[in-house]
Order: sequence, then C-alpha cells, then structure tokens
Amino acid sequence: MNQSKGKLSEILRQREISLLIVLIILCAIVQFRNSSFLTVSVINSILKNYAYTMVLSFGMMIVLLIGGIDISVGATLAFCGMAGSLLMKNGILPNCLSVYLFTTVLGFALGALIGLVIAKGKVIPIIATLGFQYIYRGMTYLISGSTWVGTAYMLQDFKDFAQGSFLGINHLVCITIVIFVVFFVFLKWTMFGRQIYAVGSNAEAAEISGIKIDRIKILVYAICGAIAGLCGSMYTGYYASAQNDMATGTEMDVIAACVIGGVSLNGGQGSAVGVLLGAIMMAVIGKSLTLIGIDAFWQQALKGAIILLAVVINVLVQRGIDRRNLEGRVI
Amino acid sequence: MATKSGRTIGYTKQKTAKELLFCWEALLIVILLAVNIMNICLSSNYLNLYNLFTNINSFLVKGFIAFPMAYILLLGDIDLSVGSVVCLSATILGITYNGTGSIVLAIIACLLVGFACGAFNGLVLTKFTELAPMIVTLATMTLFRGLSERILGDTSTKGMRNVKWFANIYDGRIGPVPYLFILFVILAIVFGLVMHKTTFGRHMFAIGANKVAAEYAGIRVQRIRFIVFTLMGFICGMSGVFYSSWVGSIKNDIADGYELEAISMCVLGGISSMGGKGTFPGALIAIFIIGLLRYGLGLINVNSQTISIIIGTLLIFVVMAPNLKFKLPGKKEVDSTASEN
Amino acid sequence: MADTILRLKDITKIFPGVKALDKVEFDLRPGEIHALMGENGAGKSTFIKVITGVHQAEEGEMYLNEKPVRFKNTREAQKAGIAAIYQHVTAYPHLTVAENIFMGHQKIRMGFVQWKQMYDEADKLLKELNADFNSRRQMGTLSVAQQQMVEIAKALSMDAHILIMDEPTASLTKRESEELYRIARKLRDEGVSIIFISHRFEDMYALATRVTVFRDAKYIGTYDVDKITNADLIKAMVGREITDLYPKPDVEIGEEVLRVEKLGRTGYFKDVSFSVRKGEILGLTGLVGARRTEVIQTICGIEKLSSGKIFVHGKEVTIKNASDAQSLGIGLLPEDRQTQGLILDWGIGRNITLPEIRRYVKGVFIDEKEENKAAHDVAEEVDTKAVTIFDKASSLSGGNQQKVVVAKALNSDYQVLILDEPTKGVDVGAKAAIYEIMGELASKGYAIIMISSEMPEILGMCDRIVVMCEGRVTGELGRNETTQEKILELAMTKKSAERSAVQ
Repeated sequence: MNQSKGKLSEILRQREISLLIVLIILCAIVQFRNSSFLTVSVINSILKNYAYTMVLSFGMMIVLLIGGIDISVGATLAFCGMAGSLLMKNGILPNCLSVYLFTTVLGFALGALIGLVIAKGKVIPIIATLGFQYIYRGMTYLISGSTWVGTAYMLQDFKDFAQGSFLGINHLVCITIVIFVVFFVFLKWTMFGRQIYAVGSNAEAAEISGIKIDRIKILVYAICGAIAGLCGSMYTGYYASAQNDMATGTEMDVIAACVIGGVSLNGGQGSAVGVLLGAIMMAVIGKSLTLIGIDAFWQQALKGAIILLAVVINVLVQRGIDRRNLEGRVI
Repeated sequence: MATKSGRTIGYTKQKTAKELLFCWEALLIVILLAVNIMNICLSSNYLNLYNLFTNINSFLVKGFIAFPMAYILLLGDIDLSVGSVVCLSATILGITYNGTGSIVLAIIACLLVGFACGAFNGLVLTKFTELAPMIVTLATMTLFRGLSERILGDTSTKGMRNVKWFANIYDGRIGPVPYLFILFVILAIVFGLVMHKTTFGRHMFAIGANKVAAEYAGIRVQRIRFIVFTLMGFICGMSGVFYSSWVGSIKNDIADGYELEAISMCVLGGISSMGGKGTFPGALIAIFIIGLLRYGLGLINVNSQTISIIIGTLLIFVVMAPNLKFKLPGKKEVDSTASEN
Repeated sequence: MADTILRLKDITKIFPGVKALDKVEFDLRPGEIHALMGENGAGKSTFIKVITGVHQAEEGEMYLNEKPVRFKNTREAQKAGIAAIYQHVTAYPHLTVAENIFMGHQKIRMGFVQWKQMYDEADKLLKELNADFNSRRQMGTLSVAQQQMVEIAKALSMDAHILIMDEPTASLTKRESEELYRIARKLRDEGVSIIFISHRFEDMYALATRVTVFRDAKYIGTYDVDKITNADLIKAMVGREITDLYPKPDVEIGEEVLRVEKLGRTGYFKDVSFSVRKGEILGLTGLVGARRTEVIQTICGIEKLSSGKIFVHGKEVTIKNASDAQSLGIGLLPEDRQTQGLILDWGIGRNITLPEIRRYVKGVFIDEKEENKAAHDVAEEVDTKAVTIFDKASSLSGGNQQKVVVAKALNSDYQVLILDEPTKGVDVGAKAAIYEIMGELASKGYAIIMISSEMPEILGMCDRIVVMCEGRVTGELGRNETTQEKILELAMTKKSAERSAVQ
C-alpha cells in the first residue's frame, strides 16, 4: 500500500514537473537557434503579447473544472472590449480604471447569462456557448456599426497603461501574475474553490452533501465571463484599437493551454500551476517560431501539430507509467 | 422457461396522436413553415423557384457537412476540423489544377485529401482513445488550416471556373432544380436510411447511448468511429469541390466556421451532442431552417451579424424549450428527442 | 435517555405517478443496530432519503428524541446528528481522502481551508477504524471497501449519533464484510444507533437485534432477530414462500466446450487454466482482488491477452474483440448491468436484439417487426416484468434488468455463457428466478461459468468450483468435496504462502 502511494503522489507531482521540463527543453532549443531569445526584452514581449490568453486560461480552467466548456470567451472578450472602447470614444468612461472595471463587470453579466442558461435551462455547455458565441460576436458588430475604434479615439492613459510597467514588469504581465496568484489561492484554500472541484469530480455527491450546484455553475461561468471582460480591456489596450473580429479563435488557444496544463475535460482535475505552465508553453510556441526563422506561414500548422503532439505524448507517457506499474506487480 | 407468472409483454407500438404532435420534428416543421411564411411576407420574390434554388444551392455546400456531422454527434463525438478540411482540400484542388491543368486530377486529389484528413482524425482518435475528440479535432483544425496557409500564403488559386463543366457542377440545373440539390436529396435519403434502418445505424445509436455496453455487445466501436470520421473527411472533400466550383478562387480563410454551422444544424435538428439521441429527418429540416432563415433575413437587408444573433438565440431557445416544458406541473415527461421512431 | 431516539410515523412519499412510501413507520432505540429489509423497490432507499432530508415526505411525522423534526435539506439532518452512507459510494474520485471526509464541513479559518488540520484529524479517524491507508491518498485509487471506510469516517467526523448504512456490504467480500461488522459493533458500543439496510441475511444475523421489513412501499412489521425464522422473514419480504432457492437439476455432462491454458495478462493474472463442459455449471470464486472478472474479460475479448491459449471444442482460437468471442459462441453477462450489460435509455426489446441485430436484416434494412417479435419471445421466456418491450431498461428493477441481460444472451447462439455476479443487487424473489433459469440453461446443454463471491450460491449451483487468489488459480473442487471452509482456505492460500515465506 505505502509503496503504491509513494508512486502515485510521484506521478501526480510529475505532471507539473514534466511540463516544466518540456518547457525548459523547448526554451533551450529556441535559445540554441537564436541567442536573442532568453533576453529580458524578448521574454517581456512574449509575456506582454500573450498576457490576455494566459489570464483567459484561468477563466477557462474553472469552467473545465466543473466539467463544462466555454467556447464563447473570444466573443465575450470582443464584445466587452468593443463596448468599453465605444464608451471611451464617447467620453462616458473617463479613465483607464473605469474602462477595466466596466468591461469586467459587463463580462461578469454576460457570463452569468450563459451560466443561467446552462444551469437552469439545462442546455449542455458546448451548445449553449456555441449559441452565445454567435450572439455576442453579432452584438459586437451591431454596437460598433461594423466599424472599428481606432487609436485616436482611445484615452491616452488607457493606452499608456498597457505599455507601462511596474517594477520593470509590464502592467499586463502584472495583471497576469495577480490573477494567477488569486486563482492559485482561491482554488486551493477557499470553500468555493474546493466546491468547484467537488462539483466537477462528482456532481451527484456534491448535491447530496448540500452544495448548490446551480449556483456554482452560474458563478463559474460568470467569473469566466468577468475574466474575458478584463481581457477585453487588456486586448484593446495592448493593440490600441478595437476590431470587430478581435480574438476570434482565442477559445481554441485557451482550451489548448488548459489541456496541455493538465486540466481534464471531464472535470475535477487540474491545477493553477499547470495552467500557467500550459499557457506559457503556448506563448513560447507561438512566439518562438519566428525567432528561429520559420516561415510565418508555417506557424499555424506547426502550432496545430505541436498541440496534437503534446496531448499524444501525454497519453503515451501515461500508458508507459501504467504499464511499468503493471509489470512491477507481483502475481 | 422459469416459473411463469403468466405475464404477457406487448410488442407492437403505435404512436399516439399526441406523441406525434409533440415530437421534435413536428416542432421543427412548424418553425420551418414559419420561416417560409415570414420570407413570403418579406419578399414577393421569395417564391420564384429559380431564385429560391439559387439560394438553397449556396447553403447546400455547408449542408452536406451536416450529414456526417449528425453521425459524429450521434456517436457522442465532435469534429471541429471540418471547415479546415474543406479549405485544405479546396486548396489542393486549386493548386493541382493550376499546376497540372487537369481538373479531373484536381478533383481526385481534392477528394483524396479530404479522405486522408478524415482518416487521420479517425486514426488518432481510435488509437488514442483516452483523448477527447474535442481537443484532437481542435488541434487538427489548426493544423489543416495551417497547411493551407503554408501552401497558399497570401495568394489564391484561380481559374477553375473557366472549365465549363466544372463550373456546371454548381451552376448546372435540370429545369429549375440544380444538380447539387438532386445529389443532396439522394444523399439525404441514403444517410437517413443508413442511420435508422440498418445495422450500422443501430450500432451508432448504441455506441452513442453507452459505449461500454456497445463494446460488450460485440460492436466494433473503434472501427465504426474510424469509418464515420473518415466519411466526414470525404464529404468535406466533396464540399471542397462544390465550393471551388461555386466560387472559383480559393484563399486560405474559406469555409471558416463551417464546423459550428454544421453542429448548430444538427443540434437544432434534435441530435444530442451527448450522443445516442436524435433523428436524421430532424437534422435535415434544421439545415433548411437555418439556410432559409439566413436567406430570408438577407432579403430584407438584415446584416449577417444580426442573423448570427438570431440563429444563436434560436439554437439556445430550441434546446432549452423542452427542458422548460418539463417544469410544468402535472405534465408527463415527453422525451421529444427519443431515439426510437 | 428516551426509549426511542428516532421515530417515524405514517410517512407517505409520493413521486409523480407512484407512491414510493405508504404510511410506513419505524423506530430506532439508542445504541441498537436495526436492520431494514425488503425487496428492491420496497421503498427502503426512499425512506432513508426522507430521514436524511434529501426528500420531503408528503405526510407523516418524524421525532428525534421524541421531539418533532422536519428536515428541509441534508445539511439540517447532518446538524441533527444523522449521517448516511449511500448505496452507491458517493465519493469525489479526484480529491484526497481527507477532503472527501470533510466535504461540506471543511475546517475553515478566516476564509481559508486548513489543510494540515484536516489531514491530521482525518488520519486520526482512519486510525480508529484500523484503515491501512492515509488521508492524503486520492480517493479514486482506493478499493470499494476502503472507500466505504472513508464514508464511515466521514459520518464519524460529523459526530453522528444516528448512522444509516444503505447496502454497505453489497460489493464487499466476506472478509471485508467482517471488518465492517467489527466497525459497526464498535460504533454501537460507543452509543451510535445504526440503521442497516441489506439484502443479505448473514448481515442481519451478524449485527442486528431487530429487523423491520418493508414490502411494496408498505410497512410489514418489526421483529426481534432471534425470534423470527429465515422462512418467515422471506415470506414477510416476498409475500410468498420460496421453497427451493437452488434448483440445481442433475444434468448429464457432455464434452468439453471451452478450455483455457496458462492464460495471463501482465499485471493482472498469470497461469490460469480451467475448462468447462456441456451442461456443466462451473463456479469461479475468490475474494475481491482475485481478478476473476479480468480473466473472463480477456476470454471474451474485452481486454487483451498477454500469454496463454484458448480452445473452443478442442481447437485453438484467437479472440481479439468481443465480436470474435461471440461468433465462437462465448457470451458474457457482465458484472455491471447498468453500464456494461444494458443501454438503460433504450427499450428492453432493442437491448435484447443488439448483439444479433444482423439476423433481422432483410436485404439491407432491419425488419423491425420481426425484431420486435423475437425480442418479445425471449423477454417472455425469462418472465420479465414489463408492460411492453418498449419500456426503457432504466424503468426496471435490478432483478428484471438482469433478466433482460439473460434474454439478450439467450437470443444469441451461444454455447458458453459466462455470468459475472448474476445475482448482485438482486432481491430474493428475482434471485430464485435467475437460479432457475441457470439450471434450465444447463439442462439445455449450455456450458456455464458463474463468477460469484457468495458462497451459498456457489455451493448450491455449481458442479465444479475453481478458486482464484490474487491472479492465480489456487484450487479446483468437485461439487461433493466442497465446503465453505475449504473454498475460503483456497481463496486465501496465496496470502498465507506469502506470510510463511516471510517468516
């Protein structure tokens, strides 16, 4: 018993560690091909560039933890970003902070609506969020009149914030770090965080032990929406413009980051550290291709291939571990 | 055998009028009629058969994909890569034609690529059964689209429609009825019969309802999944041919979002994306509901984004409707998406 | 202290269309173990859920320490000191043991979960129960018996003074059950009152002082365990007398149909050899962890073989998947009816014809009329309790579901039938029917392999018994040379061999 227990916790810990090792190897290869990779400015620019997908990954993570999925995050991001930018253009939102707050609250409301449909309307998550993806993306075009909000209409302090830094770290990266820490603590040490795991692990049991599943579902989608709203500000601030088709397909990158980070699509399994590593991995892959001189047109294909390879290798490793355990068993 | 209790068990089934009236397909037909009435009211042009078919033709290119998508959802799987497969196979068609000048060769290459993409999805999913189809097809969606980006770059392939008979695949008609529509009807009948009347169909229902029990019953679960995913690839290749014949110039961003459209059609049609439930006629009606709704709203210059909102709302409400109905007190649960028919 | 700690009077619970409880009553004395018995569908589980606040009764009163109470949800019942261990283990497989124990009443300080404190207290509880694992283990990696221990620890952690156990021994071996008895007695001695639901008479005799019987949602009676006979109790539960529980007919045993030699699967079992002949019922038994199910799963092509040979009618065969096995005439009635044996969402007719659906194909299409007729014939043959063959399998009781699984096998052309725990979770009445069917199948010339952990049915039904222990065959006994003790000895052989080796 004790022996198998030792092995098991070893495996459990391995997920994050093996991820870290792969990440290090990846970085080493890129560094070998292009020595400018591991410099402060490049790393900073990667993190800055991908800050919003990293943040978004945590929102997606809790949705996946309860066994759901949200493919409308890209659309929610766009709608919030667009709404914030338009209000900024019209002078209703006076400063940077108000834009961030507004998009976050708006995102929370949009997410809560999704959660309501899933929890009370009993629509399965993929269908509900598919529908809301249409709706929120359509609304983005509708409110903007199919035009875009250019740099000139954006508040200067809003644009400056995205480029500015605190203690040498870009503000967007700071937000990422704060969000990571908050999620790390929240998921591991709070009642609500543990209830999320409980619902994802066994919803029926959770109900018997008195957990209000519907409320948790609605809140989780609302939080994911709020995160997407926050990312809407980060995105528009970083690019200093708001396009109607912004962040299209982001949900795919974000889900990939979660899965690579060890979050199970069946719910109940995954950690904030894993998701962070997964998201960094996606960022490094996305950025390093150009750094090592691979044709820009190859990027998309390679990204797909790498995601596929990552999940397949994950399975092969798991199978190898299982087989070794079986062979080690005395009969 | 056994100590008989003298019980008898019935084995003939008649659908009551109420059941027929409240079944999903009936609801869909009502929606379809409503859409048509709306369209007639909106435009006097709507009932012009020639125009109508012109428009139907354009959404049939997508509609074909909904057929195998219905099978995939029925199995409890999902395929997000279909749009990319259409794009990649159309890309191959274009460059083969531009390279060799032979449209026949190009069509063969296109179908082969579609087939290969589907088989690749199927192979990965059946060899690594631990993987969720969602994540695998998500990856291949990026991969296939990426390959076509690599091949085409910023350019596009052109000139296919200069070959008269190739353009005629899409344009050609018998009377007012396009070839494509005739093929669509034939394939619909075949897909529908296979799903509901054959061993293969029954096996698909079984896998979707309970994969483990299906395996214990001796059904070759992984083989069937492989076949269905490969079929999906092939139909995507076909759709790629039609797309090329229709538009003639292929860029690397075509057929974007087809996967979601096809899934919406099936789900609206009552095919549960959890697997094991649904009817083919339902999906068929839903293809026309979505297609004609887009057309009708287009007629009165509703922009495509508003149409998206309407379709998204419709999708959610339609799936939510039966769940809300159950809450009415005293009403017996009606399984409107029953697998038996 | 009051004479009764918990008393329920005239409890009626109505679900849409059915009366699940009809004016039932019940009383529990402090420090007693009270057995609650009845066939499946008698209303025991619903009754429990009324006590624990999962359901609310339409009528009736409930008194706790003679004070009227009414629980609106499970939490209120927990606060009042009532804890339940449900039939299906309700665990969180991905979470640690400690978290499973404290779910719903975690140790919280200033909004933060106190992990260290939870682990320590959980370990203390587990130690009291003599558990051989610690609280940091992931729940999903524990055996069913160990998970049950966690459930008990959970009840203890809530300071429950009324503990309800709903069929806790259903998936335990004899030895594990003994361990459970020990814990239950210990708790009783510490003043906990226990309601114990079970199908097994041995459980009742081992533990309870009184027994209450429900039948068809109604209260039948409460009896002192040492004053009621087995037969009277069965009569109370079933409503009729069952004379011969094991109707094993004498059948002439024919030629060998299936033989396996030195079968092995890495990490599961090794060198398993046995054979079964026409008309014979072969028992395959052992404790949990003997890997009986794994052996037959490889024979039936569900899992892959890593060594050994399989012979059908003396000819060596290769079986790569379940359909290979079926075309060789080997049929399996799997252990878990609900997930492996049936598609619960389907009508019983379609379930029955599923493996042989090809037979009803005319041209290219399935002839549904013929299919339904055939399904109906077999369903009646095994006397399934259903209105039409379109009734969903999920609407049937456990025993009737098992009959559908049997019908499914009968409808196929099998020569060997492998039944994995065919009477698990089946009530007394249906059990007898299943034994009767088995006997008749044997006389019809089927070769039958029955896997079972229940000694009485192994002894009562089998011609020959193969005993396994931890992946190896430890003995083979004929019908006349077996006793319960001999089987148990063989089932634990490996362990004692190991122990002597260590010494």
